Amino acid sequence: MAAPVTVYGPVISPAVARVAACLLEKDVPFQIEPVDMSKGKHKSPSFLKLQPFGQVPAFKDHLTTVFESRAICRYICDQYADRGNQALFGKKEDGAVGRAAIEQWIESEGQSFNPPSLAIIFQLAFAPMMGRTTDLAVVGQNEAKLAKVLDVYDQRLGESQYFAGDDFSLADLVHLPNADFLVNRTNKAGLITERKNLARWWDDVSARPAWKKVTEMQSAPRPS
Amino acid sequence: MSTNVARVLVCLEEVGAEYEVVNIDFQAKEHKSAEHLARNPFGQIPAFQDGDVVLFESRAISKYIIRKYKSAGEAADLLREGDLREAAMVDVWTEVEAHQYNPALSPVVYECLIYPAMRGVPTNQKVVDESLEKLRKVLDVYEARLSKHTYLAGDSVSFADLNHFPFTFYFMATPHASLFDSYPHVKAWWERLVARPSMKKLGATMAAAAAGIKQA
Repeated sequence: MAAPVTVYGPVISPAVARVAACLLEKDVPFQIEPVDMSKGKHKSPSFLKLQPFGQVPAFKDHLTTVFESRAICRYICDQYADRGNQALFGKKEDGAVGRAAIEQWIESEGQSFNPPSLAIIFQLAFAPMMGRTTDLAVVGQNEAKLAKVLDVYDQRLGESQYFAGDDFSLADLVHLPNADFLVNRTNKAGLITERKNLARWWDDVSARPAWKKVTEMQSAPRPS
Repeated sequence: MSTNVARVLVCLEEVGAEYEVVNIDFQAKEHKSAEHLARNPFGQIPAFQDGDVVLFESRAISKYIIRKYKSAGEAADLLREGDLREAAMVDVWTEVEAHQYNPALSPVVYECLIYPAMRGVPTNQKVVDESLEKLRKVLDVYEARLSKHTYLAGDSVSFADLNHFPFTFYFMATPHASLFDSYPHVKAWWERLVARPSMKKLGATMAAAAAGIKQA
């Protein structure tokens, strides 16, 4: 029996949720190892061995330790290729071309969608939790940047069921955590819900059982 | 030359592919033309075409190129896809370049080189100072890593290392290049990289392009 798969970090963190969603889509059992960031545990020597930048998530299985949520997701898809969702990182018969179609939208998420959406989420959802004031100027600047990206997304999702084509893939999955925060935990839901094709896509992907399970985990009382 | 275009060209050079570079005229707003938007819906460069395959995002393009030419036998396995653990390490340090290294280093390149040369905008020293502070912390991690391994993902070069070339090349043309002197293993790694034929060739093109911009 293989050693358990462990994800380090709180599931409320979008990057940790990204990994949890992937494991659930791939039907890979895992455990969450909490990291008490309010006590600075993410900067402890033992955690820095897992993630030298002192950030969450980190990931460990029987073979190796991985960090950076998108690298973890790709590794999960290849290591556990025979489990769960078989199209998540491209179908075998679609080869390098099929995988590249998914990769370009994973990159868009990391380069263009994540920075402004995370900035907004930090200001509107996390800063108040941390007793810090929201910087509305930062929210405004990032909303303008994000709107341009979402216009491109809305066009794409008018041409294609999912980002990379006809099947739900990692390209969609990587967007889930920040999109969910925007829609459900800020007053900026309209960015997504008021764009017709993007709203259609959001209703579809957010109803997936794996994503629903992640949001349940995010709402569960945290261990003290 | 655009750093992200250079990212792709390094990989093409490393795998020994034949390729053609087609200029996109930003002054004439060609990047917003319907023709270019069909290749890159964000109106950015690079875009890439190989027969029927059309791609955007430099890292996605680069991986496609490496995978396509890997089977030709001459390319070193820059993605290490024969070994799950090694492939994960390549991916980790590729993500680190994208999310840790580049966000700390590129503002220095933009403020010291690109904005003054291309927009006549003076350097914002506050941005530079904050970025250098972030970069020092990132380089602390790199120094520890490169003290144990010759390259980021192990003992031979990989896609993870190649990704660092374009922005670091330009960083070395800023007044802050000497920062790397405080990180001897990082500096040695950089010097190994730029000795590679692919980077010597592209470095010459990038330096010429930069000189051209300064004179414009």
